[in-house]
Amino acid sequence: MSKPTPELLAHRQHAAAAQAAAQAAHGPAQPPVERVTDVPMTGASALVRSLEALGVDTVFGIPGGAILPAYDPLFDSKVRHILVRHEQGAGHAATGYAQATGRVGVCMATSGPGATNLVTPIADAYMDSVPIVAITGQVPGPAIGTDAFQEADIQGITLPITKHNYLVQTGEELPRILAEAFHLAATGRPGPVLVDIPKDVLQRETLFSWPPQLELPGYHPTLHPHGKQIREAARLMVTARRPVLYVGGGVLKAGASAGLKALAEQTGLPVVTTLMARGAFPDSHDQHVGMPGMHGSVTAVYALQKSDLIVALGARFDDRVTGQLSSFAPNATIVHADIDPAEIGKNRHADVPIVGDARHVIDELIAAVGAEHTAGRRADLTDWWATLTDLRERYPLGYEEPDDGTLAPQYVIKRIGEIAGPDAIYCAGVGQHQMWAAQFISYENPGTWLNSGGLGTMGYAVPAAMGAKHGMPDTVVWAIDGDGCFQMTNQELATCALEGIPIKVAVINNGNLGMVRQWQTLFYDQRYSNTDLGTHKHRIPDFVKLAEALGCIGLRCESAADVDATIEAAMRINDQPVVIDFVVGKDAMVWPMVAAGTSNDEIMFARGVRPIFDDDDV
Amino acid sequence: MSRHTLSVLVENKPGVLARVSGLFSRRGFNIDSLAVGETEHPEISRITIVVNAEASPLEQVTKQLNKLVNVLKIVELDQAAAVQRELLLVKVRADRATRSQVLETVQLFRARVVDVAPETLTIEATGTAEKLDALLRDLEPYGIKEMVQSGVVAIGRGSRSITAAPALRAAS
Repeated sequence: MSKPTPELLAHRQHAAAAQAAAQAAHGPAQPPVERVTDVPMTGASALVRSLEALGVDTVFGIPGGAILPAYDPLFDSKVRHILVRHEQGAGHAATGYAQATGRVGVCMATSGPGATNLVTPIADAYMDSVPIVAITGQVPGPAIGTDAFQEADIQGITLPITKHNYLVQTGEELPRILAEAFHLAATGRPGPVLVDIPKDVLQRETLFSWPPQLELPGYHPTLHPHGKQIREAARLMVTARRPVLYVGGGVLKAGASAGLKALAEQTGLPVVTTLMARGAFPDSHDQHVGMPGMHGSVTAVYALQKSDLIVALGARFDDRVTGQLSSFAPNATIVHADIDPAEIGKNRHADVPIVGDARHVIDELIAAVGAEHTAGRRADLTDWWATLTDLRERYPLGYEEPDDGTLAPQYVIKRIGEIAGPDAIYCAGVGQHQMWAAQFISYENPGTWLNSGGLGTMGYAVPAAMGAKHGMPDTVVWAIDGDGCFQMTNQELATCALEGIPIKVAVINNGNLGMVRQWQTLFYDQRYSNTDLGTHKHRIPDFVKLAEALGCIGLRCESAADVDATIEAAMRINDQPVVIDFVVGKDAMVWPMVAAGTSNDEIMFARGVRPIFDDDDV
Repeated sequence: MSRHTLSVLVENKPGVLARVSGLFSRRGFNIDSLAVGETEHPEISRITIVVNAEASPLEQVTKQLNKLVNVLKIVELDQAAAVQRELLLVKVRADRATRSQVLETVQLFRARVVDVAPETLTIEATGTAEKLDALLRDLEPYGIKEMVQSGVVAIGRGSRSITAAPALRAAS
């Protein structure tokens, strides 16, 4: 592979994003390649010139003392700065922007508390491998280490949660470090990169040259898989009796959705898509058997558990998928393909390890399986599909209407998905509403489902939806949030209202920290310690009034009969953010469920209902 | 659990040692010994790390180390095919009555006396961990007042060089 130029990095579009961008008729123009040598300017100007040259169109941030010099040249720049209300919002907005567009998201904050407020979104992006660059101001060089005002060692703090980070020493190295930061964030296994810049470096005069030469002698991501491993995987795929394609977020990051569909159809294998991979394979496709894991479909959980061959593509055998690791898929041979060699064998031994970019892996698997087919070897999956189809019919995803006449949260979410359709982007917080949004919305396209999977960050939805909507202005973006999550980051609605980012927020308001309450119901004897938020009992806050105070349209819906009309009303508003307070019952639970730490064999279809697996049929 | 010696070649930049040592503690590893210094390429440092670990977690931590952008190369040195040395400085009580016996022990271990005081001798010794342990056991009865030990440094036997790989030439 030829070395990418820094100019191309920020706009390195994955196929998925390109497709989405094309749909939205919003392809960013490639920035002109600028070539300059030793132009005198301040470090702050060099920073802004570098961002421009890297093709950055948006920075989410808040100014403050140490970063202030950067905001002066930014004032005149074509780079748009979106002034958020809290740095956490800037970080998640950069993440949402990156996940929706496939481009690198950028956030900016000052030293000390500004930088530490970015820690949560950086950790979030690290866990979900999202390409973002965080730029922070630092106290001036001579003050570093003196406990100066607003000093925090953000490089030290973010060591374990960044792909890489920098403390800039001189203005001369700024362009190179920024180009490296964007390259590292976007290539290989994507992730967050932090660049910490002391105030004196920003203030001092320097000489700006572009393009810089990247100096990354220790960074060589493996993109192309080993042919021998691919052939071995293909051989297993045509001889297995109960194989499954276990698809993770890496497939979306590699823009490999089209290839995945081709591979699935060529081999006839059932497909499961993890929480991070929803949309990588169409939900409507016959071979899609659902999401695996703690709240996965019975069929998907069973398919993995009883399989004799798991082909993992850009997935990491996370504990929420495997359940108790020692009893996970005991009879399965494992083919594990990932761009990160450290993921392979980390949790589960891989019989066939494949290191490579999912797109190349899938393309080469298609060729290798084709060769097997030509040689007359083809898997007979008739019995396997008969078993899975039977399970799918017996244990479909569903929910019970609440006995107390309250509104079913699942119904609300399902209807949002049906009315807004598969071209909208859905962004969830963390908890019950997140699981229902993963279950009851049908995802057909890559890049349409954004959530905080690895870190499980409550408060992710509103700022991430803001970033996504800003990056994809012609796409409908729904934040599906809980009343707990919403109270953590709703201040960004003011940003949305003022900056012209008309997102739609559905607050699935059950008055409680719903998922925690569900665990208290199931595992703590219904002792509801500190989970009632009072949003029902006292209507504090009143989400409609709160929405209005933040410059949004506020709507409320309390009965099933009004759900469609309310969603449709929100769909008609395109010039302002909308918040709908969906007042739903507090007793609805997320099913199916594999309790934490237990085996996937113990999956419960509903409370007190264990699926009947006829082990004789496998 | 068994002892493993890793030679980690890294870019000679500020903070790299913190990245490497932090990764070990974060992934639940205790480092038995760590030594760091420049190589024949001034822009490359070499960290020698000794850990007690099972093979599979060690493989995981090695892979995680490899992901650090400043890490250029990791080689596990086979105990049998590598020269491993530690440095020991030890201050031993040695008065008129015991001084000659202490000096005899020093000679036996091919150690050196580097400082003399009326009541003590300061001894320098290099060798494997086993040899230095044996020396300390022999000196213990006289009274050890103070000691300091370096981490293990190690280099493969034979003419091959782990710093001569193409990847490293690109770095230099």
